[in-house]
Amino acid sequence: MSKPIISVKNVLHRYDQQNVLEHINFDILKGSFVGLVGPNGSGKTTLIKLILGIEKLQKGQIFAFDHPIQKFKNKGRISYVSQKSNSFNRGFPATVKEVVSMGIISNQLSKKKKYEQIIHALTQVNMEHYLNRNIGDLSGGQQQRIFIARAIVSQPELLILDEPTVGVDSENVQHFYQLLSKLNKKLGITLVLVSHDIGAITTYVTDLLCLNKSIHYHGNPGDFENMPDEQRSTLYGHQIHTITHDH
Amino acid sequence: MLEALLKFELLRNTFYTGLLVGLIAPLLGTFIVVRRQSMIADGLSHVTLAGLAFGLFMQKKYTLLMFTPFHTGIAFSIIGALIIENLRDVYKAFQEIAIPIILSMGVGLSIVFIALADGINTNIFSYLFGSVAAVSRSDLYLIITISLFVLIMIFALYQKLFALSFDEEFAKVSGIQAKLIHFIFILMTALVISASIRIVGVLLVSALMTLPVATSMRVAKSFKQTIIYSIIYGEIAVILGLISGYYFEIPPGGTIVIVSSLLLGLTLLYNKVKFKVALKKDDHYAA
Ligand SMILES: Nc1ncnc2c1ncn2[C@@H]1O[C@H](COP(=O)(O)OP(=O)(O)OP(=O)(O)O)[C@@H](O)[C@H]1O
Ligand SMILES: [Mg+2]
Repeated sequence: MSKPIISVKNVLHRYDQQNVLEHINFDILKGSFVGLVGPNGSGKTTLIKLILGIEKLQKGQIFAFDHPIQKFKNKGRISYVSQKSNSFNRGFPATVKEVVSMGIISNQLSKKKKYEQIIHALTQVNMEHYLNRNIGDLSGGQQQRIFIARAIVSQPELLILDEPTVGVDSENVQHFYQLLSKLNKKLGITLVLVSHDIGAITTYVTDLLCLNKSIHYHGNPGDFENMPDEQRSTLYGHQIHTITHDH
Repeated sequence: MLEALLKFELLRNTFYTGLLVGLIAPLLGTFIVVRRQSMIADGLSHVTLAGLAFGLFMQKKYTLLMFTPFHTGIAFSIIGALIIENLRDVYKAFQEIAIPIILSMGVGLSIVFIALADGINTNIFSYLFGSVAAVSRSDLYLIITISLFVLIMIFALYQKLFALSFDEEFAKVSGIQAKLIHFIFILMTALVISASIRIVGVLLVSALMTLPVATSMRVAKSFKQTIIYSIIYGEIAVILGLISGYYFEIPPGGTIVIVSSLLLGLTLLYNKVKFKVALKKDDHYAA
């Protein structure tokens, strides 16, 4: 079996007086496609930010490629499409080419090589004809694909996507999941996909993680599908969610 | 003007300074505008004014002094920049709050030092509105150094500055040292502002950093083009502004900003006409 590229051990995180994550333990194996699901406010984005090192680790340990996260120098191995990608300043004067080029980490590449990489990344998301268009002029779904191109242009080993399908129409959502599946299978990129849409992603992911403050389920998506509804909703965390609102 | 340029060194120095400032102010201004921090220049220029007034006051008290108001202006501007960076850290969710705080501190200190230095005189006037004959040779050398520093830094850090301006979170994930780059950036801003003040004056520095950029954004297709056009607009404004300021004996701050505004107006008009013409053409096909 493949080895873990991310290892999360006993993580606890709190904002103000409240724990938003506790007893978090899991591994992300190389080559897997992990679906991270949970209701609003369950701590998905926080957990991801901890793994990416943009939120400071308070308690517990996280290892990325065998390095403690505090000492890990990314250099393009982990890439990210954030939940807020679409909320950039729409008037920003930048072309698609310029946006994708932000994802190129190495500054030793020749101009020609850079160009080829950009075209290659854009082709993966079917946006190669938009190279010189202004990013602000594209639709929300098109922009989302550009941000994916930016995230994969340096060929990362791990790609983390935080609800990337917000604002993408349902037909394109299917295409989008197929695209991710292709990145996972063909390019061997390990994926973490955060989503609310547990039904839609179970067909694509290899691992399912249900989070609501702590992890309620971690395993095969098929086994999860076959459970009775009641048990599933407990694991997904809806009931816990309602209790926290009951005061 | 040509004759005068050849004859008077101060005028010549001013002209060179103008050309340099017309380059670096819009260059840095492009990054400032896309980060939606246009007000930063205003905040820092008023802190610089406090430094200038402090320098004038010290000159008056101790006549033989190693440093000039220009030097104290630079020093204050840098200190102001550091305070802004710190406040931005403290008030993460309202980063713009740093600007009114620093601006009012600057004006407050300016008032105190101007009063101590015996009130408004022609010197202060030239700092407020700019002057065509204010740049000494040593000032010019300092401004050349500042310009070289800024050009080299922007060239070396271009990709990182661009990524940070567009999407700070992604930039951080890709391993860009956001804090260090922010610091260098605000330091450059402080330096460019103190260099520009000699020409356009405290009150209009921010205009030279933002007006050409605003104009450029209406025609540019990419970020690189935005920078290039804003430098062209900046240089036109500085050259025409300095010449007309000299002839009509108006402080160049005023003339430069008026030329900039005219360029903006013309560009907007041109865009509108172009759009209308294109629409008409479409009508033609439809009919
Ligand atoms: N910067 C912050 N300061 C204080 N509390 C925060 C902060 N960020 C998140 N929280 C709180 O932490 C909890 C988890 O938030 P998080 O953004 O991780 O949830 P999420 O699972 O990503 O939700 P969503 O599905 O809405 O994106 C929420 O209760 C939220 O209010
Ligand atoms: Mg979230």
